[in-house]
Amino acid sequence: MSEAQPLYSRRRVCATFAVAGSAALAAPAWSQFRVEITGVGATQLPVAIARFRDEDRAGPNAAIASIIRADLERSGQFRNLDAPGAMDETTVPAMPEWRSRGADALVAGSVSRLADGRWDVRYKVWDVVKGQDLGGQSLPVVTADLRLAAHRIADAIYERLTGDKGVFATRIAYVTRVANRYTLRITDADGEGGQVALTSVEPIISPAWSPDGRELAYVSFEQQKAIVYTQDVSSGQRRPVVNYRGSNSAPAWSPDGRQLVATLSRDGVAQLYAMGRDGSNPRRLTQSSAIDTEAAFTPDGRSLYFVSDRGGGPQIYRMPAAGGGPERVTFSGAYNISPAVSPDGRTLAYISRLGGGTFRLHTMDVASGNIRALSDTNDDESPSFAPNGKLIIYASRAQGRDVLMTTTLDGAIKTRLLSSGVDVREPVWGPFNR
Amino acid sequence: MQRLTQSHPIPLAGLLAALAVLAGCSSPVKINDNAGAPVESRSTAPGGTAGGSAATQPTAQSQVTPVSVDPSAAAGVARVVYFDYDSFAVKDEYRSLIESQAKRLAANRSQRGSVEGHTDERGGREYNLALGQKRAESVVRAMSLLGVQESQLEAVSFGKERPAVQGSDEAAWAKNRRAELKDR
Repeated sequence: MSEAQPLYSRRRVCATFAVAGSAALAAPAWSQFRVEITGVGATQLPVAIARFRDEDRAGPNAAIASIIRADLERSGQFRNLDAPGAMDETTVPAMPEWRSRGADALVAGSVSRLADGRWDVRYKVWDVVKGQDLGGQSLPVVTADLRLAAHRIADAIYERLTGDKGVFATRIAYVTRVANRYTLRITDADGEGGQVALTSVEPIISPAWSPDGRELAYVSFEQQKAIVYTQDVSSGQRRPVVNYRGSNSAPAWSPDGRQLVATLSRDGVAQLYAMGRDGSNPRRLTQSSAIDTEAAFTPDGRSLYFVSDRGGGPQIYRMPAAGGGPERVTFSGAYNISPAVSPDGRTLAYISRLGGGTFRLHTMDVASGNIRALSDTNDDESPSFAPNGKLIIYASRAQGRDVLMTTTLDGAIKTRLLSSGVDVREPVWGPFNR
Repeated sequence: MQRLTQSHPIPLAGLLAALAVLAGCSSPVKINDNAGAPVESRSTAPGGTAGGSAATQPTAQSQVTPVSVDPSAAAGVARVVYFDYDSFAVKDEYRSLIESQAKRLAANRSQRGSVEGHTDERGGREYNLALGQKRAESVVRAMSLLGVQESQLEAVSFGKERPAVQGSDEAAWAKNRRAELKDR
């Protein structure tokens, strides 16, 4: 583990690139995404991912090497090189040959059936420049988790080579709307492997992952009013947890998973309440005569960011999570909403109205108060950080449709997740756990 | 500064093939439009993948079990109050509507209803939900001043989620900034 020094730091391979619309897959399945990468100025590490031995034996889901290549490519930090020839994790690679191909790193592996019916996915990573074996792993998985195994391997490679944790094995929840049918969906972070968690003829908004990645809280209007439900995504077990007179919305889990904070209007105007994860013992946190909503915990669980229009228009405030006096955080612009806090607590992402009908994703460096506009679109909504803090996913509009976007924190590399004929909205990035 | 335009080096044919297969087999659950069963819960393993021996294997970490909810749509004739932009004030032109509805409800204490607040499409979903709630509350307040009991009417909000009219101009927005009175 001591040599886990990122390859970036000792060998820089600079390639300025512009890839637009390059992954134009024809007519993707409606539950899937098409990913378009746009960006300029990335530093890309050349890697060779060999086809995994016997990967085709495990069926069409098991294009392990392709999934890894696509993951690394989409991060904008890697460039895939051809890796011809048959190899696996036991191969002793001819390093001079790989060096001459321009590879900095090489990955090979295999897929084999275990006696209990599962698959053993093995791989190894080599530092081609140093001619060094960086180690590997064996991942025994059921058939349904073969894609997950590939994403986990991509995460391991990413972490090995960049020093940061990867998010390829994480999941994203979002809501689609087709005519008057709303569907809460869950996909892998690459937009594939889409599964349905909930369908309804009434709107679904504000999904929020529990910190352990097992449950979603969300607002459903199925009873002709806003009620907060929690749902175990694996079993489908769900129940209304916050259902008081008026509207119940904007659920936020505390980082320890034991509490929910939600917006209730039971006392006349939307205010923040803290309660148990089952909705028990609601306790009013804010005491204003204005709208207080959209609570977001800081990662240490000690503070809440939220939106209030106590000063006239909606602005972002911060207060102790146990209750107490709020301080205003945003001062630039008349309309700032939807705060999301980075996993390290240092960056706040939010949506700011720039006059007229333009709503754009911004970030604020919490310590300095410095603000950065991250997009040039007009209808941004609902930012959510990837668990490694390297990307933000958010909703926007393009070509008359609601679409999802991801961006790096410097705004340089964006991906657009397209789904044909479907409005896609309310994205929320799941935790590392699943 | 050199700029390279690079085509996608990933074998797209493979991805395409994978997608095509997924398209065929990832359909999670047939949705049952049954108004009598408002909540449909499933607890089976996902059917989207190959491999017949999954039943005897450990639960997949990727498992998601779909649930379907299809409540019957609320019936009832909508009585609508429209609002100015960024306003919660019930305009004078709706006085006779409010008075007649209040008289009706005050005369029949067992009649329950809701007032649904709505906003136009501009701005965030949650903030608009709270704004719509304020509109609904102001209609309920006006009616309770005229003798309707608090327990008879619930103020709720759909924010910008259920526009009356599609469109992104002032004409559409004006029709969407509203509160609807509905019987229960």
